[in-house]
Amino acid sequence: MRVETFLRQSAAADPDRIAITAGDTCLSYGALDSASDRLAAALIAHGAKRGDRIAVLMENVPEAAVSIFAVLKAGAIFCPVNPQLRADGIAFILRDARPVAILTQAKFLRACEEAAAGLDTPPLLIATRALAALPQGVLAFDTAMSEAEHKLLPDPGDDEDLAMVLYTSGSTGRPKGVMMTHRAMDAVSASIALYLRNSADDVVLCALPLAFTYGLYQLLVCVRTGARLVLERNFAFPQAVLDKARAEGVTGLPLVPTIAAMLLSMKDLGPQALPALRYLTNAAAPLPPAHVDGLQNLFPQAQLYCMYGLTECARAAYLEPEELERRQGSVGKAIPGTEAVVVDPQGREAAPGIVGELVVRGPHLMLGYWENPEATEAVLRPDPQTGLPQLHTGDLFRTDADGFLYFVGRKDDMLKVRGEKVAPREVEAALCTCPGVVEAVVWGEPDPVQGTLLRAAVVACDPALAERDLLRHCARILPDYMVPRTIGFREELPKTASGKIARRLLVETDAPPLAPAIGPAAKTGD
Amino acid sequence: MSETIHSQIRTFVVDNFLFGDHSAPLADDQSLIENDVMDSTGVLELVSFIEERFGIAMADADIVPANLDSVARIVSFIERKREPVN
Repeated sequence: MRVETFLRQSAAADPDRIAITAGDTCLSYGALDSASDRLAAALIAHGAKRGDRIAVLMENVPEAAVSIFAVLKAGAIFCPVNPQLRADGIAFILRDARPVAILTQAKFLRACEEAAAGLDTPPLLIATRALAALPQGVLAFDTAMSEAEHKLLPDPGDDEDLAMVLYTSGSTGRPKGVMMTHRAMDAVSASIALYLRNSADDVVLCALPLAFTYGLYQLLVCVRTGARLVLERNFAFPQAVLDKARAEGVTGLPLVPTIAAMLLSMKDLGPQALPALRYLTNAAAPLPPAHVDGLQNLFPQAQLYCMYGLTECARAAYLEPEELERRQGSVGKAIPGTEAVVVDPQGREAAPGIVGELVVRGPHLMLGYWENPEATEAVLRPDPQTGLPQLHTGDLFRTDADGFLYFVGRKDDMLKVRGEKVAPREVEAALCTCPGVVEAVVWGEPDPVQGTLLRAAVVACDPALAERDLLRHCARILPDYMVPRTIGFREELPKTASGKIARRLLVETDAPPLAPAIGPAAKTGD
Repeated sequence: MSETIHSQIRTFVVDNFLFGDHSAPLADDQSLIENDVMDSTGVLELVSFIEERFGIAMADADIVPANLDSVARIVSFIERKREPVN
C-alpha cells in the first residue's frame, strides 16, 4: 500500500474524525485529505513530477502533515528537513537531493534563500505562517491551495516508488539520504501499529520532531489507524504539554530519554497525571533503569515499551512490556514481520552473551543511501542464507539465553545528544571553519538529562580567540544540539601513531572539564 | 520593570542562549521559543538560574510560557514572586 492511501482510507472511513490537533487548530481526516489533495494539485501545476524530491522544512505544525501527504499524492518524494538546521546544513540537502520545491514556514525563508544561493535551478519556495508579505517569488501555502484545481490528480505511482529521502548524520561527517519506498514505510508502520495495538481510539501526543523518523512515524501510524495526533512544537514547558495531554485524553506518549528525564524532574506530578494513558514508548537512546522505574511509578496504569530503531529501517526491535521486569535494559526482539540478529565478524549468528553487530532483515529496510553507492554497500549487504539485503546497523548488541537483545555500544564514534545522532567529525569540521582554529576534537560525556554532553578542544593560532567566539561560530552553522557545551584551548591534541587525533584518549584522560560552561550549568538530573 | 532584574535576565539570556552576541536583535517582548532563542534544555537552565539567583522555588505550574517565554515575562514573573505576600 502507498503511504497516502493510509490517509485516503481513514478519511473515507470517517471524514469527521479528528486527525490532528495542534494548539487551537483541529483538522479532521476529511479536511487533511482535501487540503493535501489541493496542495498536491498545486505542486503538479507548478511542475512537480513523479520521482521529484520536495523538501518539507517545518516544525511540528499541521501544515507539515498536509505537505507530506500532498507530496506523495503528487507522486513526488518528500524530503523532511530538520528545522533546527542552519543554512549550511540545508544547503547540503539542496545540493544532494536537488528538490524542485521547499514547503516551509515563513520564518525559515531566509535560511532557505541563503541555502539555495548559487544553485543553477533554485527550488520553488512555498511558505506558510507568514506574519508579513512574502518576498517576491515565494508562493503562499494558502494561495497555492486555493488556486489549485484538484479534481484530476493523476495516478501517483506504485508501492516500489520512493516515498521519502530522509537525511541522517554519518560518522564521516557527511549526511546520507536514506531512501524509503512506499512498501517499506507501509511494512514498518503496519508492524508498529500491530505491536502497540494502535486503533482509531488512540490519541497520541507527539512532541518529537516530525522531521525525524521517530516523530514522523507517530503521524504515519496515527493516520494509518485513524487515531488522533496531538502535535506539540517541543517539550520546553512540560506542565503545559501535560495539561494539553490530559485535556485531549492522550492514550499514547512517545518519549526519548531527555523528555523522560524532564517529566521525572517535575515536582508536583501525581500518579493520575494522565488518566487515559495506555502506553509510553522510548527510543533513540536507552532509558536509564531509574527512569524506567520512575515512569512506571508515575504512570502505573500505562505500559512502557522500550524500543530500538534507526533511520535506515525506522524501527528494528521492541520489548513487550510484560518482559520489562525480567529483562532490564533489553530492547526485546525484532518487530513483527522482521528479523534482528547479532552476528560475529564472520557474519555468523553470535552465541548468547557474545557481543556482535546487530543486523536487521525484512521488508522495512531502506533501499539505500541517495546517490551514495559506497555508503550503501557498506551497510546493506546480502544475507549469506537468502541473498536478500540485510542492514548492518553499526550498533553492538548481545542477546540473553532467550534471544532478547541488549544494546552495548556503537562500532564508530557516533553520539546521541538529546536523542539526536551527532557525528563528532561534523562538529569538528564546523569548528575548523572558524578563522584562527588549527585543529579541533569533539567527544561526548555522559549526562543524566541530555544523554551526552558535547565537549570540544581546539588548537588555535589566534591568541585573541575566546571560547564564546567559538560557541557563537558553532551556533551560527550547527543546530543547537550539535553545539558543544564547552570548548577548551590546547597547545596540541593527543595523536595516534598514524597522526590521527585520538578522541578516545581525550575521553579517558580528560576527567576534569576543560573549562567551566558559561553561566550556571543546568543540574536538573541530580 | 526592575532595572537590575531586567539586566540580569537579559545578560543571562544573551550569555547562555546567544553566546554573548549582544548585537543580536532581542526585543524584551519577543518569544524566546518561537524565535529559537531558547529550547527545552534552555528552559531547564533558565529555571535553575532563577531559583539560584533570585531564591525563588519554582513549581511545575510556574514553568509555563506566560511566565518564561520572553525577557519581559521573566522579569515580571520574578517581580511578582518577590513581592511580600499580604
